[in-house]
Amino acid sequence: MTDTDARSFRNAAALKRLKGRRAADARFKFYGRLAIVVALAALAMLLVSVGTQAFSAATHHVVRYDIELDPARIAPDGASAPEDISRNVEGFYGLARDSLLETFPEANTIPAQRLLLAKTLTRLAVLPAAREVAARPELIGNAYTLTAPLNHDLDLFLKGRGAGEMRVEIGSIAAAKADADGEVTLTGPDAFKAVVTRLASLRAEMGPAADTLSVLVTSGRSTGRLSDITANTARLDLLTGDAADFEQSRPAGRIFRLAESERNVSDQQIAWVLALKDLGRVSRVANTGLLTQTDSTYPELAGGLAAIVGSLLTMLITAFVAVPIGVLAAVYLEEFAPKNRVTDLIEVNINNLAAVPSIVFGLLGAALFLNFLDMPRSAPLVGGLVLALLTFPVVIIASRAALKAVPPSIRAGALAVGASKMQIVFHHVVPLAAPGILTGAILGMARALGETAPLLLIGMVAFVGDVPRSPLDESTVLPVQIFSWSNNAERAWEPMTAALIVILLVLLLLMNSLVVFLRSKFERRW
Amino acid sequence: MLQQLGHLSMGWLMIALLAVLASSAFFLGRVRAEQVAGSSPVRSHSRPNYHGYFVAICAVTPAALAALVFGLFGDGVTRSVLVNELPDAFGLLSATELDTYIDAVAQSAASGGYSGADRIFAAVTNRYLELRGLLNSGVIGFSLLAGGIGMYLARRRVSPQFRARARVDSILELGLFVCAAIAIATTIGIVASLLFESLKFFGQVPITEFLFGTRWNAQTSAEFGALPLFFGTFMIALIAMIIAAPIGLFAAIYLSEYAGPSVRGWVKPVLEVLAGIPTVVYGFFALLVVAPAVRSAALWLNDALINLGLASGPVLAAQPTSALAAGLVMGIMVIPFVSSLSDDVINAVPQTLRDGAFALGATKSETIREVVIPAALPGIIAALLLAVSRAVGETMIVVMAAGKGARISMDPTSDLTTITVQIVSLMTGETGFDDPKTLSAFALGLVLFAVTLMFNLVALRVVQKFREKYD
Repeated sequence: MTDTDARSFRNAAALKRLKGRRAADARFKFYGRLAIVVALAALAMLLVSVGTQAFSAATHHVVRYDIELDPARIAPDGASAPEDISRNVEGFYGLARDSLLETFPEANTIPAQRLLLAKTLTRLAVLPAAREVAARPELIGNAYTLTAPLNHDLDLFLKGRGAGEMRVEIGSIAAAKADADGEVTLTGPDAFKAVVTRLASLRAEMGPAADTLSVLVTSGRSTGRLSDITANTARLDLLTGDAADFEQSRPAGRIFRLAESERNVSDQQIAWVLALKDLGRVSRVANTGLLTQTDSTYPELAGGLAAIVGSLLTMLITAFVAVPIGVLAAVYLEEFAPKNRVTDLIEVNINNLAAVPSIVFGLLGAALFLNFLDMPRSAPLVGGLVLALLTFPVVIIASRAALKAVPPSIRAGALAVGASKMQIVFHHVVPLAAPGILTGAILGMARALGETAPLLLIGMVAFVGDVPRSPLDESTVLPVQIFSWSNNAERAWEPMTAALIVILLVLLLLMNSLVVFLRSKFERRW
Repeated sequence: MLQQLGHLSMGWLMIALLAVLASSAFFLGRVRAEQVAGSSPVRSHSRPNYHGYFVAICAVTPAALAALVFGLFGDGVTRSVLVNELPDAFGLLSATELDTYIDAVAQSAASGGYSGADRIFAAVTNRYLELRGLLNSGVIGFSLLAGGIGMYLARRRVSPQFRARARVDSILELGLFVCAAIAIATTIGIVASLLFESLKFFGQVPITEFLFGTRWNAQTSAEFGALPLFFGTFMIALIAMIIAAPIGLFAAIYLSEYAGPSVRGWVKPVLEVLAGIPTVVYGFFALLVVAPAVRSAALWLNDALINLGLASGPVLAAQPTSALAAGLVMGIMVIPFVSSLSDDVINAVPQTLRDGAFALGATKSETIREVVIPAALPGIIAALLLAVSRAVGETMIVVMAAGKGARISMDPTSDLTTITVQIVSLMTGETGFDDPKTLSAFALGLVLFAVTLMFNLVALRVVQKFREKYD
């Protein structure tokens, strides 16, 4: 037996080699799995990071202002026509600001504080209210509840971002004593122990920079900034409210990892917005403005409506140009073209065109449509034409595949009953290939919808404040709007951009689901 | 009267007019065909509808051509007539001033006439409207006349022997050919516009300086040495391919050789989602997530090297936007381009080759490495070439995440600029078309087009040969 073993492949060396080969086999398979996992993980990371950002922009904080619509301020003499009222930003803004100053009288004394408090409300945010009052003049002179979005930095703060906020627990306060100089001393047995330990650990981590961090202590609508602390007592600079609020309370403590100079919101603003929240005047609502408002320089007022309409107009032009011409070209190439040099050239050409970088089409559009034909810049008409040139090869390739799939027996049958070539094609082949052609066209349109670069070159990147009404108006499109928002410096634009991306992805998903649906419903195997 | 005619919106009117002309010509032809068929003993060659189509085509074509000629040249003629009629004092204006004046006149005419205090302007506007009215009535009359003549001549030809169907078919075929030829026209348009503007550019900047110069500073001073841009493009495409080539290839191998139908059924479409995501979304991802991560990794590495005593100062530039960030994200974007085409070619390798290798005792991975991959190699190379061409021409990711520093640096964490980034930044400014800045964008576009065309042509050719070999 040992004899045969030695001669066979089952000797020790061979078995060892086999083991090595099998291990290599397993490794190879593992690499393949790894590659797929990495690719899918990248996709997941992309979607999750965009999704979480977008989620935070889906809602925003609005503030309620109970105001009296004083006719002297919103409809002064000589400016009381509805269109004057609808433009009277200053009047409405003044009323809302006065309502804030009434709530926080401490801001009234110092001009810098007044300005800071006024920042809570963006001036232009009162426009919807102004329009509503202009449409219903009977409201003038009565009490009115104005609701407007909170300043974007404060909104981000309330969403827990942009300040490095950490909550710390504070025990119950036995006594709160106000000093003459506006300071409050809080005492309570071991009430501030947690704060002291947290501050000590921060000092160990950050070094002396930790001494400049702000600690805010809030109870009810009152907030103070910590100036001195031991385990049992704390001295506060009262930012807003009243020392009495702290009496017999369990205040909330907040430490901010970012020093006041490094964040966009000051301690004073935080104190005010916390007070507004305590008063029940701040509420978190769905940010419908994303779909109903146009571009703005303020993130809390910006929306994607103009871009969505612009995209729609552009896609209409693209569809009306690229789809018919593309389908007819495909019909010619598949059914009529003689096999010769010219058709070969056209064929190579189309395959190449489909792979030409999209930005080159933008250069063509700029040179041909803008410079040579003198068409308007930033118009959906030009954008649509450029995208049509870009999608045209995609439509041709898809339509040809669909036409090719129609079996020759159909053509032979039609020919046998006396149809001409044109009749065969348009009465029989094209209707049978229609679902395939349609799905190809939709896929081409989906590609065009996400295209950005060529549109930048024909000037669709301009700021557009109005919803375009015709393909000749100045306009922008969704992907370009995403690009320009992502260029804005303020942090608040990040979630807004992500939200716009989600809108775009949802549109693309809808188009692709339509394709899947059409395929499953109409696709025929011959 | 003429002024009222000047207000007509000619586009819609002409479309309506042509539609009316077409339908009336069709019915005229059809009715005539039925008449002659009824009175003739010979059986008609074509059905009445085809006679109708034929008459309609003969009527609409000359009318549409006439309208097109007027549409293209009418405005220019109106303007020059108007300029000739202007009082001599207008001769003092320069050509551009005169142009702006006439533009304003046309604008106010289009918005319903001028009603301000400037009486000269009002008079010029009214005259302009009169001229337009004259032109409009001319267009309408002339195209109706042309259409009528066409209709009359075509209707006379209707007879049982007339082969209307063949005529209509061949006219339609011509139309189809024109549609297909638009593909060629697009390419010619691209090449012509790029070449034309580039030649103007090379008239101002020598081509050698453009191709081999190492200083690029188009925005501020006129320095047009594009070598740093070529380097940046190459570097970022290289990083992208280092990511995409192994991942895409191994994914394709796994999907086509190892994965069962169910895994394949859901992984393949999900991978294809990567190809469907708009590039601006990748750009945002690069800007938001990848670039900060790359930067902090580079900073950490700098610190670590200094702490270990291997370096005395920062080794990596660690800039907020970097070639590495853009390259990484572009790599992810390109994965499906590599994987799906590779998957196709690996599947096209005949099963008999694999069976032969198995029969010799090769393991599965040996079969793949020694037999399948070599057989599919041309196709795989083509897939990689197409992916490189994609990476070179990709715009939004680099615009958003690669920065604008035109430099030649081997440090992947420094910001490098690419051809496409510069095209975008040169073309989005408010500069005229004759500025060398704008023209240089076209020269860059020409280089980009030539390079990608080369890659594409080679790749498509290789794929075609490969298909012919195994089909």
